[in-house]
Amino acid sequence: MTTEAGSETDVKKEPEKVPEVEQQQEQETVPPQTEEQSSKPAESEAPPTAAAAADQPQEENQIAEPQSEPEASASPDPSSPPAASAQKKEKGISRFLPPWLKRQKSQSQEKPAESPTPHTEPIEEKSVKEEDEEEKKSGDQPDGGAAERTEEVEVKEEAQSRPQEEEQEKEEEEKEKEEEKSVGSADTQPAREEREGEPEVKESEEKKEEKKEQEQVIQPEESAALLPHKLSKKMKMVVCHVTLLDGSQFSCEVEKRAKGQYLFFEVCEHLNLVEKDYFALSFKDNAEQRCWLDPTKEIKRQIRNSQWQFAFSVKFYPPDPSQLTEDLTRYLLCLQLRQDIASGRLPCSFVTHALLGSYALQAELGDQDPDEHRLDYISDFQFAPNQTKELEEKVMELHKSHRGMTPAQADAQFLENAKKLSMYGVDLHHAKDSEGVDIMLGVCANGLLIYKDRLRINRFAWPKILKISYKRSNFYIKIRPGEAEQFESTVGFKLPNHRAAKRVWKVCVEHHTFFRLTSPEQPTKSKFLTLGSKFRYSGRTQAQARQASTLIDRPTPYFQRTSSKRISRSLDGAPMVNISDYSRAVDSAAGGDNGPALELNSDSKAPQVELEEKPSVDVATSVTSESASKTDKGGAGAPQTKDLDKTQEDVLKHQASISELKRSFMEAAPEPRPSQWDKRLTGSPATTLRLQAPGAPQISSSLPEADRRDASKSTEVKPEVNGQPEVVEVVEETVVIEEVVKAKPKSPTPEPESAAQDRSLSSDSESEDEAEYHAHTPSISVQLIKEEPEEELNQQAPPSEPEPITETEPAVPAPSAQTEEDEAPNGHSPIPEAPPTETEEEEPHIVNGGVSRVETEVICCSEPPVVKTEMVTISDTFAAQKTEISTKEVPIVHTETKTITYEAAQLDGNGDGEPGVLMTAQTITSESLCTTTTTHITKTLKGGLSETRIEKRIVITGDSDIDHDQALAQAIKEAKEQHPDMSVTRVVVHKETELAEEDD
Amino acid sequence: MSDFGKYTHAIMRAMPASLSTAALRSDNVSPVDPLGVQREFDHYVSVLRDRLGLQVVMLPADEELPDCVFVEDTAVVCGSTALITRPGAPSRRSETVAMKGALTELGLNIVEMNDELATMDGGDVLFTGKEFFVGLSKRTNQRGAEILANTFKDYAVSTIPVEEGLHLKSFCSMAGPNLIAIGSSDAAQKALKVIQQMSDCKYEKLTVPDDRAANCVYMNLPGKGDVLLHCTPEVFPESTKVFERLKSHMLIPVSNQEKMKVDGALTCLSVLLRI
Repeated sequence: MTTEAGSETDVKKEPEKVPEVEQQQEQETVPPQTEEQSSKPAESEAPPTAAAAADQPQEENQIAEPQSEPEASASPDPSSPPAASAQKKEKGISRFLPPWLKRQKSQSQEKPAESPTPHTEPIEEKSVKEEDEEEKKSGDQPDGGAAERTEEVEVKEEAQSRPQEEEQEKEEEEKEKEEEKSVGSADTQPAREEREGEPEVKESEEKKEEKKEQEQVIQPEESAALLPHKLSKKMKMVVCHVTLLDGSQFSCEVEKRAKGQYLFFEVCEHLNLVEKDYFALSFKDNAEQRCWLDPTKEIKRQIRNSQWQFAFSVKFYPPDPSQLTEDLTRYLLCLQLRQDIASGRLPCSFVTHALLGSYALQAELGDQDPDEHRLDYISDFQFAPNQTKELEEKVMELHKSHRGMTPAQADAQFLENAKKLSMYGVDLHHAKDSEGVDIMLGVCANGLLIYKDRLRINRFAWPKILKISYKRSNFYIKIRPGEAEQFESTVGFKLPNHRAAKRVWKVCVEHHTFFRLTSPEQPTKSKFLTLGSKFRYSGRTQAQARQASTLIDRPTPYFQRTSSKRISRSLDGAPMVNISDYSRAVDSAAGGDNGPALELNSDSKAPQVELEEKPSVDVATSVTSESASKTDKGGAGAPQTKDLDKTQEDVLKHQASISELKRSFMEAAPEPRPSQWDKRLTGSPATTLRLQAPGAPQISSSLPEADRRDASKSTEVKPEVNGQPEVVEVVEETVVIEEVVKAKPKSPTPEPESAAQDRSLSSDSESEDEAEYHAHTPSISVQLIKEEPEEELNQQAPPSEPEPITETEPAVPAPSAQTEEDEAPNGHSPIPEAPPTETEEEEPHIVNGGVSRVETEVICCSEPPVVKTEMVTISDTFAAQKTEISTKEVPIVHTETKTITYEAAQLDGNGDGEPGVLMTAQTITSESLCTTTTTHITKTLKGGLSETRIEKRIVITGDSDIDHDQALAQAIKEAKEQHPDMSVTRVVVHKETELAEEDD
Repeated sequence: MSDFGKYTHAIMRAMPASLSTAALRSDNVSPVDPLGVQREFDHYVSVLRDRLGLQVVMLPADEELPDCVFVEDTAVVCGSTALITRPGAPSRRSETVAMKGALTELGLNIVEMNDELATMDGGDVLFTGKEFFVGLSKRTNQRGAEILANTFKDYAVSTIPVEEGLHLKSFCSMAGPNLIAIGSSDAAQKALKVIQQMSDCKYEKLTVPDDRAANCVYMNLPGKGDVLLHCTPEVFPESTKVFERLKSHMLIPVSNQEKMKVDGALTCLSVLLRI
């Protein structure tokens, strides 16, 4: 691994950036450097690593210490001065000295201009977990990365130095940044901590940090100069108008690049709403279709050219509203339902209209007063789409009978009756079935309902659905085979257009996650290629929301119900005091509740230094294309937030309870909370605002790297952070829900927390290799759901999935070193007998000592891997009944398929005849924009030898604009990189091309 | 829906003499014994009125309408709303007139199925207390089901293909608030599968060997609890044994042998409602 003097120029081959490190050393001459070096013992080249380590000590002393111990002997000298004399590992260093020097100069000069260079970004986004890869990358882009980092560093410094007042100026922008930052910091922190403990530290990260530090030292002034510019740029504010459930308007200024969640939290704060997981903001797109505002993405990118006009509404209708903790939440749900009923979206009978109307009256007006309430007193209310005098009379009659009922009781009664309505919580979408018949797709808590007119003609419960996808204007669900059936079937529906298809797909993903999973699935990191939707629901699931609700411990919030008072209400908003208290409490809580799973330490507990570092780290790692935004972020940093908190502390009253509350939330849902809370910490909107930065997505991207070691924690956080706003515009098909049987036994954890821990464990064991895998594995495990007893068996059975098992062909013969493919990895010896199984990284259960054998199968095609040219369409029950399975051609899409198989010579024969004993089987699915990767890992024990076989199915989807060959090459390359110790034994390319395409 | 099965009234219609000779029937195997039919009918009435204490509204027979005794097909009552159907057999359409009169008199909201494209026999409508299942059969079509769905908007209305037998309830019925009695034939089992798939509720099932024995009458009456009118051991010994496992129910075997010859099931003879 000798990094050459020209390291800067060297590309990917060299894991570490020697030059930079050295620079640092020279400048700072810090002893601890050596320690860091130790972290990467055998694998990485000692010299470079050591150099890199040098800088870290300053910021991350803690980390350095543990690491240093082991290799203390080696490290000591090099760390000190730039002079090669002291260095033990002089070889490399001495060589490098000249280049470093050059570099420094160049960097300093370049910095101003380079600042915005996005080089680093790609790396981070990819979140490659293999150390080698990362190192390589970092090495590749030394200059750009350095420059970026510098910027960040600058920001940090400023933030620290600046008084709060200054920050206020930046307000909203910064606020956002802060949020993001905080999020990022929270995420990263855990990772770091863990790392510290771990002997193997990832040099790349350290290096980055070091670099940052260096730059700070060198160019503090520059940074300062840069900031103002950026600030001014970012200052653009936009006024958002939000229609609340009571019809009032809430206006709020947000930074132009603010994310959805910022606005959402503002609204929730205004409403004083804590149980907010059931709600969301929506907007009308150009086609007047209602779209949900994605909290993790920039508002501007979502609404496009539409107005900044939103509606606050219920997104997930709780099946049992009585389980909500707060009356306020129920009240808001009532308001939503009243709207739904009055608009006809929620149909109900005359009697029910009257009954619900009477409860609404009781809640709003209290007991009927015969004197005051004249006959027409209710004409102001709308109880039904077509309100008749008869109905009003009935309502009044029933209203009378509710005498004595409190508003909260009336709301509860209202909900008890409303929830029984068959269309309660059903989100309807127009569609056509495979035969062109108009139908409606209803997405609800339990699954997907198919209606024809008012009749339910089919129903697909979530457990029955294996996969949800859309392609162009078609929406597909893959159905789990029934008892008697052998094959999965796919049902296709035709939506009016592509956007509609995507919308229903998204809603399905969200509902599935919210109602069926215990915790959200991690979005996949795209390693290469970008296309398709990575979308995942990132909020809390119902299980988590409920858990959090049970822990709410705040005084019952005061709120007014009267619709007539709407106007006044909107003006006064939620009492300021309340809000501030709230936020405050939250803040304080945040410090205390660093659950293992959540790792929210960012605030109170962590020493100031750490805080700063962390954000900085994030920033550094994640290089964003937008340079300006970064700077701000950096400046806004966590430290400021803290200060604010302190000042406010005095004001806060219910701190304890609130903190408790916050904690509960935090614990329950790792997701977006942290950011929100952080934001809230600032309390006053003005202060808070500046923290927000647009850059959030970048942070997320950075995470993976940091996480490698402790994949679990990082993974958890990822979802929230993961904005991936850039990616958004999905083109083609996407696969979402994989309820496939997952092998993992740990999977079904009832409590969110425990689940989180679970993840961490699993991820740890598997860690390092691929970000994608990490992200997914946990989610998968979590996916197993307890709700449906019928299927539990299937789901829990470890290697239940049929495909994988079959495919596991125990290949006894030694793997052939030669792979037919050009790209066969030379560097990695496919030698079967290598004692340590490389596969370990991916697999939790490893049998050591056995011979590990890996076959990588890459399947590239434009359609799902298990390609069925014919799909079974069961769009209504008739079809199902009459013809057990009537196979029809897939609507619209005609395809041409081609399959090419490349196999390594020796491996072909694989079948030894002896099946061996299947030890473990595991399937992991990950997705990137245009690729879906399914990794199936099986371990078989054969005659005392353990054999690991990894089979990857990579589905590359996309139009002609994608270079499939390149994508395939990339995929194969990736696979090799991920499993350097394994050999590629077989590559099957299955190409499916659409002959006749339909347009949207 | 704790109100499920809590009936106070039963609307029935006296048996015309023409039943034994002119009633529609799906098979012609054995002749109907006029006396036997009448005896069974009288027993049924006495069980409802005398033993169970329901108010029985007895509509007069109409010799022009040989099938008029099977009042179930002419109306679907749920809550305070009654849907007057449009029977699938043209010869039975006039049966609804008397039923509509009776229900109006009882103060129910009346909805009529006037669409000439719609047909529905009440025997195809299974109300579980939580939702409706409508059998699409020779007598009931999609349009009829749509109208029912529009009439009872609070409830989910799912359609179930009926491939064999006259009506959906020819092989199933409710035997309890959450309990579906179902026959053993393939058709019945297939229908049950569909029911289960279409529903968010988890119904328990009571499988009886004979499809026709799966038609029983469930009520939840004050002072008597769960009441079940079911087949007699003489006709369906094995199925009766299954019913007898329902220990918490008040079990009342009611003979229906003769009416079965003209496709008459236990539920066919009455429209039960609560006022």
